[in-house]
Amino acid sequence: MISAFFIYNQKGEVLISRLYRQDLKRSVADIFRIQVISNTDIRSPIVTLGSTSFFHVRHENLFIVAVTKCNANAALVFEFCYRLVNIGKAYFGKLDEEAVKNNFVLVYELLDAEFEMHLERTFCNAIKAKEVLDFGYPQNSETDTLKLYITTEGVKSERALKEDSSKITIQATGATSWRRPDIKYRKNEAFIDVIESINLLMSAKGTTLRADVSGQIMMRAYLSGTPECKFGLNDKLLLEKDTSHKGMARKSTAVEIDDCQFHQCVKLGKFDSDRTISFVPPDGEFELMRYRTTENVILPFRVHPVVNEIGKSRVEYRVTVKANFSPKLYANNVLIKIPTPLNTASINVRVASGKAKYVPAENAIVWKIPRFQGQYEVMLSGDAELSAMTVKKAWSRPPISMDFQVLMFTSSGLLVRFLKVFEKSNYTSVKWVRYVTCIKKYDQICGAMRSLLI
Amino acid sequence: MMNSDSSLSIKDSTYAVSTVVKSIMTDFRISRPNFFSTPKKGENYELRADLNSEYRDRRKDAIKKVIANMTVGKDVSGLFPDVLKNMQTDDLEQKKLVYLYLMNYAKTQPELVILAVNTFVKDTDDSNPLIRSLAIRTMGCIRVEKIIDYLCEPLRKCLRDENPYVRKTAAICVAKLYDLSPNLAIDNGFVSTLQDMVSDANPMVVANAVTALAEINETSSTKDIFIINAPTLTKLLVALNECTEWGRIAILAALAEYKPADSKEAEHIVERVVPQFQHVNGSVVLSAIKVIMIYMRSIKNDEAIRQLVRKMAPPLVTLLASAPEVQYVALRNINIILQKRPEILANEMRVFFCKYNDPPYVKLEKLEIMIKLANERNIDQLLSELKEYASEVDVDFVRKSVRAIGQCAIKISEASERCVNVLLDLINTKVNYVVQEAIVVIKDIFRKYPHKYEGIIPTLCQNLDALDEPEAKASLIWIIGEYAERIENADELILTFLDTFHDENFQVQLQLVTASVKLFLKKPQSAQNIVQRSLQIATSECDNPDIRDRAYIYWRLLSTDPQAAKAVVLSDKPPISVQSNAISSSLLEELISNISTLASVYHKPPETFLGRGRFGADAVQRRAIEEQEEASRESPIQAQTKTNIENLLDLDFSDTNTVNSTTSSLPSSSKSITQPTANVDDLLDLFNDNTITSTQSSSNIQNNSVSNDLVNLF
Repeated sequence: MISAFFIYNQKGEVLISRLYRQDLKRSVADIFRIQVISNTDIRSPIVTLGSTSFFHVRHENLFIVAVTKCNANAALVFEFCYRLVNIGKAYFGKLDEEAVKNNFVLVYELLDAEFEMHLERTFCNAIKAKEVLDFGYPQNSETDTLKLYITTEGVKSERALKEDSSKITIQATGATSWRRPDIKYRKNEAFIDVIESINLLMSAKGTTLRADVSGQIMMRAYLSGTPECKFGLNDKLLLEKDTSHKGMARKSTAVEIDDCQFHQCVKLGKFDSDRTISFVPPDGEFELMRYRTTENVILPFRVHPVVNEIGKSRVEYRVTVKANFSPKLYANNVLIKIPTPLNTASINVRVASGKAKYVPAENAIVWKIPRFQGQYEVMLSGDAELSAMTVKKAWSRPPISMDFQVLMFTSSGLLVRFLKVFEKSNYTSVKWVRYVTCIKKYDQICGAMRSLLI
Repeated sequence: MMNSDSSLSIKDSTYAVSTVVKSIMTDFRISRPNFFSTPKKGENYELRADLNSEYRDRRKDAIKKVIANMTVGKDVSGLFPDVLKNMQTDDLEQKKLVYLYLMNYAKTQPELVILAVNTFVKDTDDSNPLIRSLAIRTMGCIRVEKIIDYLCEPLRKCLRDENPYVRKTAAICVAKLYDLSPNLAIDNGFVSTLQDMVSDANPMVVANAVTALAEINETSSTKDIFIINAPTLTKLLVALNECTEWGRIAILAALAEYKPADSKEAEHIVERVVPQFQHVNGSVVLSAIKVIMIYMRSIKNDEAIRQLVRKMAPPLVTLLASAPEVQYVALRNINIILQKRPEILANEMRVFFCKYNDPPYVKLEKLEIMIKLANERNIDQLLSELKEYASEVDVDFVRKSVRAIGQCAIKISEASERCVNVLLDLINTKVNYVVQEAIVVIKDIFRKYPHKYEGIIPTLCQNLDALDEPEAKASLIWIIGEYAERIENADELILTFLDTFHDENFQVQLQLVTASVKLFLKKPQSAQNIVQRSLQIATSECDNPDIRDRAYIYWRLLSTDPQAAKAVVLSDKPPISVQSNAISSSLLEELISNISTLASVYHKPPETFLGRGRFGADAVQRRAIEEQEEASRESPIQAQTKTNIENLLDLDFSDTNTVNSTTSSLPSSSKSITQPTANVDDLLDLFNDNTITSTQSSSNIQNNSVSNDLVNLF
């Protein structure tokens, strides 16, 4: 499938080159450099030259490139590239030119290694590792699995290694490849974090065009043995179906989930048939599920911006922000970025609370409010002086973006109803639940409040 | 300095890395010299000495250095025997590095590879399953004739290994061997072993066996290597739920090839596949969607189909939250799915609204899909959205947005007035490229709704001076000619254009000739001079044969029978209908079978961008030339593309220089690179005229003026 894999730096120098099939020559790397890296016109992530297709993903200052000569599964190739980035991040903290150069042997091992299991989103404790591609077919990519295997082998004694490797191979191919069988904890605990981020699009007049919530349920499981977990949410479909809850299926509190994805440990067939979420969790932290809702989204903040361009030399700002949640709660680390025109010379701002200052490098006024009580309202007013420009190019008016955290508040109203743990030894376990709503920066899952300025 | 930084960054990273690993990693780094440092003179000599050193660490570092040199493209094949000596080791990492080197240079030193065979065979007997699989995998990757004979025994053993990890590696190795020597693989019974492995107890082994079989099947001449029957089908469905994400994709791909016996069986399989929609990996979701789209063909139960369509919408929407590249693939596929099942996302228009920070290629795809989803109910929302896009700064995107407004007007007649109003607002912004694009689409609106929006013509004419692009100019001239009786100063306007006739692009010239004839037919008294002058210039001073011939036809018509000319030139034209970008139904079915693959991204059948190696390319080229000769007899325009095609096919990467001279071709939808796209389009037209309708809007646009006039003639 994938015939070759390359990593380039920004200048187009090859840092990693791995050919999986013989239908290509090493010089194919030069073709990508000439045709794509040094050609700024190319906007598509897929380029086909003759019968050779190049898929590329940019990360930090790297080009991660997969080359195929067949009608490859494009979605798979990109997912694979991103998975590689995630593995790299898990290994090196940050995947950039420096990290690749310093660890090129490791990167080769990762790549070389067949992508044996599933490149995984869990970055919990390392268990072992396999190889990434065999003959260009992704094989294994569970970071945990990859990790222990690749990092420890130079260190461990030969005998330990032998024992370990046979465990690895069994785990890599076994039914629960994500979990070792012999985990023991003195205190059995499970933590659940519900993290929601809001995608919001507002029109110029302040009406909400689109508000949806994408949530993540992160779990940290410190449980012994092979526990079977059952997990319940106030999922509308389930509550309506479940006869025993019919009386208490208060429709107001149930949440309609548009779509959700699960960690591979969740039995998908079971969810499909009766919407119960049951699984044997990996050890440590992992993303149990992701979901999306669009109904009845409660917005934690309202932003009313008034931005006027007065002549060619001045822009006037008045931005008010109101917290919509209960006064008992408060938001932490509120950060509001209000974009300014590129030719801003100086800026004058006044704020009632928090600190605001102009950051020229970001072309924005950055307004920080460390603690923001519910139902509270704050205002920023100010104006920007613009320097004269010879060519009057329209200002694109980028969106205002916000970044914050509200503890114990979910925009969707989602609640965890229960988490049950069943294990042979029948131990009791302690469970903790925490809810966080945040808007991730718009370059992440996007919490951009677009066009508030227009 | 570097060490403290990097260990810090690990600490800082959001993901908890166990402390053990952390300390190991740090140690690892401290001891690591910089392998990428600039080479000194006689480096290979030094490396050779180090490779033969008595100290283990020294040897290992030397191997790393060799690999680093190999990466940057330096020739280190001379060190082959020295590296080979280090193959026999207990250090797994060192072993892997040596294997990596072997895979790269085995071809250059076929004689010496034999020396490695012993170690390989020994390793396949190792007690450590990892080493066994590593050895068999590497042996498969060394494509040297001499080693093949030694491969069979270990492979046979590994295929029956007790450890599933080794078995699944061996399964892929069969595909490698088949690629090299099909007969050997069949004669030794490996292929039939592989067929048995589909029933293996371990789902991972099943997945890899399926992958290998599918690959072998594709390259085999008989195509009968991998046939799914009832028992294997059950096996696959069971394995589907148990194996890794990549394994699932392989199994789903195999299921897509299976032809269900009847509607009932299809429903049963679909039921087992639907849960995959909840998978976190976008490519698994797309593969599942592909299977379901294909199986829907055989499902007769309407209710079941309705249910499936309903279930398919949420995962498709969720794909839009993935990484931009995956989104792009998803959007291209949604485009195909929407043509087959337009009802699927009818209420989901909002999720396709562009985000400020979407990359351009995603934005353009979203626009296309929004046009597809537009209907009377959501048009207002869409229009205000499009209007906003038109005030953004990315010129290409703004143009496409304006064009989208026009397409909505043509698609939804109830909303055409609102669309025209939005376009007028945009023209009043006086932003040059917005005005030009708006005029081009307004011409199309006029063609769809003749005599409905004539009131806006004065506004259009006010912007005459701002126009500098041929297409916009040609459009406005067409409007002037078409509505000459309503425009008081039409003759003046045409006259101003005639003054610069020689400087204009040929499509503007064509329009000018036609418009002046129309003007004359509508206002015979005032426009006699104009028509004479324009025909004069076009026939005597213009080198373009099309313009000259057209002018002659008009001239003859006018001089022999003005009434007939009127009947021909001013006859009522049938209004244009929707829609650019429709894919013919046969191609659509083929694309659905290719969902998630490159073909679905390009909206082109796979054989148009795949060559079968060099020989394949030769065959295609021969065929292309034959067809070319045929085609050139019929159409002189296509003949121009001949050179391009030859260049494109010459590309075989054996020599970088040829590639430099070849134009890059990006048959993607973004059309940001129009020139090469056009080449490929032409290429397509040559290869299969019947399957590809001329769908590309870029070529349509160029042809617009021509077809307008064609319409004018009849």
